[in-house]
Amino acid sequence: MIDREQVLHVARLSRLRLDDAEVETMAGELSGILEHVDRIRSLDLEGVEPTSHVVHLENVLRADTPWQSMPPQVALASAPEPFEGAFRVPSPQADAD
Amino acid sequence: MADLLDLTVAEATAKIAAGEISGEEYGAAWRAAAATDELNAYLWTAEHAESLEPDWNGDGESAPAGEGDATPYGSNAAAPAGSGPLAGVPIAIKDIFTTQGIPTTAGSRILEGYRPPYTATAVRKLTAAGAHVLGKTNMDEFAMGSSNENSAYGPVLNPWDRGRVPGGSSGGSAAAVAGGLAPAALGTDTGGSIRQPASLCGIVGLKPTYGAISRFGMIAFASSLDQCGPFTRDVTDAALLLGVMQGKDPLDSTSVGIEGGIELPSREDLAGLKFGVPRELGESAVDAGVRAVFEATVAKIEELGGQIVEIGLPHAEHGISAYYVIAPAEASSNLARFDGVRYGLREAGDEDLIEMYERTRSEGFGPEVKRRIMLGTYALSSGYYDAYYGQAQKVRTKIAEDFDAAFGEVDFVITPTSPSVAFELGAKTDDPLAMYMNDFFTVPMSLAGIPAIAIPAGLAAPEEGGASPLPVGFQIAAPAFGEQKLLDAAHALEGALGFEGGARA
Repeated sequence: MIDREQVLHVARLSRLRLDDAEVETMAGELSGILEHVDRIRSLDLEGVEPTSHVVHLENVLRADTPWQSMPPQVALASAPEPFEGAFRVPSPQADAD
Repeated sequence: MADLLDLTVAEATAKIAAGEISGEEYGAAWRAAAATDELNAYLWTAEHAESLEPDWNGDGESAPAGEGDATPYGSNAAAPAGSGPLAGVPIAIKDIFTTQGIPTTAGSRILEGYRPPYTATAVRKLTAAGAHVLGKTNMDEFAMGSSNENSAYGPVLNPWDRGRVPGGSSGGSAAAVAGGLAPAALGTDTGGSIRQPASLCGIVGLKPTYGAISRFGMIAFASSLDQCGPFTRDVTDAALLLGVMQGKDPLDSTSVGIEGGIELPSREDLAGLKFGVPRELGESAVDAGVRAVFEATVAKIEELGGQIVEIGLPHAEHGISAYYVIAPAEASSNLARFDGVRYGLREAGDEDLIEMYERTRSEGFGPEVKRRIMLGTYALSSGYYDAYYGQAQKVRTKIAEDFDAAFGEVDFVITPTSPSVAFELGAKTDDPLAMYMNDFFTVPMSLAGIPAIAIPAGLAAPEEGGASPLPVGFQIAAPAFGEQKLLDAAHALEGALGFEGGARA
């Protein structure tokens, strides 16, 4: 039910690169899972409120007091390519996508 | 030494406080035990009690002094306090919790070598109470799995039978406690990742109410479902650890805490309590041996004065479908942060940014993580959002309403924890859906956000035969923030069941 084209489209949205074998396997596995999941599509749940979260959430503000934040050299310590106090990345311009 | 390792955490802390045993000897005995790990339960172990030397930037440099509890960026936040209710107790920590200066991988290659600059609140609460980090435990990559076979660092073996899985995703934590490599461990449960491995390894596993314990520093999988909790040898230790870790945290705005805290349970009967058995259980796919243990446990509840009442959870059968839309949808968003920019793996490419993202993520993530990212992205994509994600959220509402209705009649809902005992390594790796079905009994509570405990209730031979009997878990669920009553009841039942952990011997 999920074909090759759809797998490639979703992989692109997911920023994943799949080889041909992975595309085949993924199409089969996702189809199998979705076939099971499809059972909920036939339930009549018209008018039921969706639950995105079980805790009642309210926006909260922290007290406006100074605190120890993470120093830049620590934030950069795990970076694959730190560069003059920043994270260096390849150019986003090169891809016309 | 051996008798030090036989003590529960509550027993050990009492003896340390009374001066009957030395906290240093106790810690050393556990470090020596952890060093003998043949189950691949640990990804990192502490060699010395003081091995948490601050090294938060990788150059051996100490972090600046902190400003108290409000900030996690102070010096050596994982250093154990000298005293407290857990003084001297070493605890194994699932590798999904960030620990300042200690490698944290979440079972993924994409985080290999990562040393976080801060420590998760749950771990900080343990160490502030005097506990030590004994080691970081193996797990399914980003907590996605039910067998621990999805770890980038190899599977964990079940201490009862090394040809079988310990369950997942917190398989290393469960195996460490069951295998005598840790007195207690921390895990996380999104759809059953504490309860199912506890069941398969014959120990106690508690998933608290969503919001009971802070999620700060827990690497996110599905943020509306993730909750951390303890693996212990008995219910009293689970209460002890929950009591230390629970609480509202300014660093996690979804944390609530448990009003009134948690006391150690002492109840020994179940008089006046009603236990609901879902009538749908009769139709469910459960191994005969597991069903027999469940029925014997129900009889035990009645002997203790508890009343068994049939209840209905008509939407629970759709739990797996709703969960495998909602959890992957949230995961596809949460895992966007692993992009090769700020930490972890980067697959170099001078090409362009998108290509670097794609190569990094394709090399760094394993097959199950890719599958769930794809599934979640599909369910959230234009044209499918309402049909999948919207509908799954409505099913979630119905499941929560089913529990609300049940708790109008009964105090607890009881089920088996897992449909089978521990299965053989490799038995379900080729069939994702069969693997997902392991979570059939645990997922509904996760979707409803309510607390549930798995306690070992007996042994059963695997359905396919030819192996020694293996542990069977019993699950008890309670209304939101009903942990105290849940632990009290579980304590009474545990005493009557008299389960003897056999894996350590």
